[in-house]
Amino acid sequence: MPSVRIAKPGLLTTVQDRGRWGFQSFGVSVSGPMDAYSHRLANAIAGNGNDAAALEVTMTGPELEFEDARTVAVAGALFEVWIDDRLIAMRSAVEVVPGSILRFGRRLRGARAYVAISGGITTPVQLGSRATHVPSGMGGLGGRALKAGDRLPLGSVAGATPRSPAPHRPPLAPSQQAWALPDGHAILRVLPGPQADRFVPAAFDVLQSSPYSIAGDSNRMGYRLIGPPLEFAIRSDVISDATPAGVLQVPAAGQPILLLADRQTTGGYPKIAAVISADICVAGQLAPGDSVSFVACSQRDALAALIAQERSLMAASARR
Amino acid sequence: MDVVNAFRIVAVGDSTLVIEFEERIDTAINARAIAVAETLRAESVAGIRDVVPTYRSVAVYFDPLVTDYDALMRRMAEAAARPAASSARAPSLVRVPVCYGAEFGPDLPEIARFASASEADVVDIHTRGTYRVFMLGFMPGFAYMGLVDSRIAMPRRETPRVRVPRGSVCVAGVQTSVHPVDAPSGWHLIGRTPVRPFDPARSDPFLLKPADEVQFYAIDRGEFARLDGTHPATS
Repeated sequence: MPSVRIAKPGLLTTVQDRGRWGFQSFGVSVSGPMDAYSHRLANAIAGNGNDAAALEVTMTGPELEFEDARTVAVAGALFEVWIDDRLIAMRSAVEVVPGSILRFGRRLRGARAYVAISGGITTPVQLGSRATHVPSGMGGLGGRALKAGDRLPLGSVAGATPRSPAPHRPPLAPSQQAWALPDGHAILRVLPGPQADRFVPAAFDVLQSSPYSIAGDSNRMGYRLIGPPLEFAIRSDVISDATPAGVLQVPAAGQPILLLADRQTTGGYPKIAAVISADICVAGQLAPGDSVSFVACSQRDALAALIAQERSLMAASARR
Repeated sequence: MDVVNAFRIVAVGDSTLVIEFEERIDTAINARAIAVAETLRAESVAGIRDVVPTYRSVAVYFDPLVTDYDALMRRMAEAAARPAASSARAPSLVRVPVCYGAEFGPDLPEIARFASASEADVVDIHTRGTYRVFMLGFMPGFAYMGLVDSRIAMPRRETPRVRVPRGSVCVAGVQTSVHPVDAPSGWHLIGRTPVRPFDPARSDPFLLKPADEVQFYAIDRGEFARLDGTHPATS
């Protein structure tokens, strides 16, 4: 089976598809990409479907060696990316040949990049998904981050028209991306609730009053935030219930935690607000030491932002 | 409106709606949440990604670009208000073997002190109960079960353990559970089971499901070794 070899793994490189949906009632985390927009964009440019598995690269990129001819696209955090001796443009379709080495260099902006390979990564499907969830050891390759020497099986690209020589495709201009990559700080739009009534009335304003910094022990499960404490009106946990991505849950000390891709399925801390879907991918481009500001919006704004992202992704697919 | 049927629907962000029944750990309320979740799953509304019942709520995850928000809200309200139909799936009675105490149950002496009873008494009390699976969460296959007899319902540890081995049988307040994978935990460990609550290689990876009933029975170390990794019979 054709595969791609991991020559160097990078800091935290995992296989991710759209996530393991449908099993949260059995305690199975969704996982999937931290920046779903860039994951989908990379897949679209590489000619894959939305649900193909790609690599999520974190802070320090890997080195990959290809065994056969493929189309590759890298999107998300801005890195210097090389194929052999050639610096390639991000967000563009690049052809590789047997023996090509794709190497990540300096990271310029953002935290996570996505490498999509035509045919997709075809590690075993577990409970309907290939997404890696390291805390429970599910999906990807052995439920873990990739290591040097790993080989990832790739799907067939048969049926696709051979592309040689590769037609020139200019990279997507920054204006064609629906949002700007954050540079150490992001403004995230939130909707209040569902347990905003557990807090003092001023708490939702306090949340928006000044930035919160992302603590060092933050990860794919969630970001621990450090900033103005959120005061409870009723000081008690709730009976554990569902915890969607983007929720800001608040433990007793009043410092919120932003729940992300690898979050547990349920939790008992009161939830003061939730980041809108369109901005969760922006949060995914942040790292410990970065900061976030929260600003309230409406359900209508949330949907409009998501539609804008969808339009830009459809435009990227149409360019193929 | 009676207590079991009172509900409200709240939005969590832009892609989740939650039906909340009264905030209480209660078998009738929980049965209602599980039945409503089944109804909503069976209706297969376009764009639904997941339906998650918990102790007293039902979360519906949807794709805001596909799902008609107002229509979903209406269907959820209808399902929540409809008299509970009997569940499509007959709950199982699952009997779980446990080797109590010693290194498998390092907190058994502490629970015994809490109960002012002997370790044997604690085992006797724990095995006498029939526990309902109220919900699963926290990690794959982790079942929140209750209600534990108040004599041994010791509040969770002040300092959680960093790693608790798979199969650990634990108690926290009125809840009891079995650890499906190695993980951190603040619950008290009283024994270990050789059966696997979660095994992705099995055709049915999850031993326990919402609304199931569970009984624990004591086994010795020899029996533990013999049963290691097996799947218990359900009825």
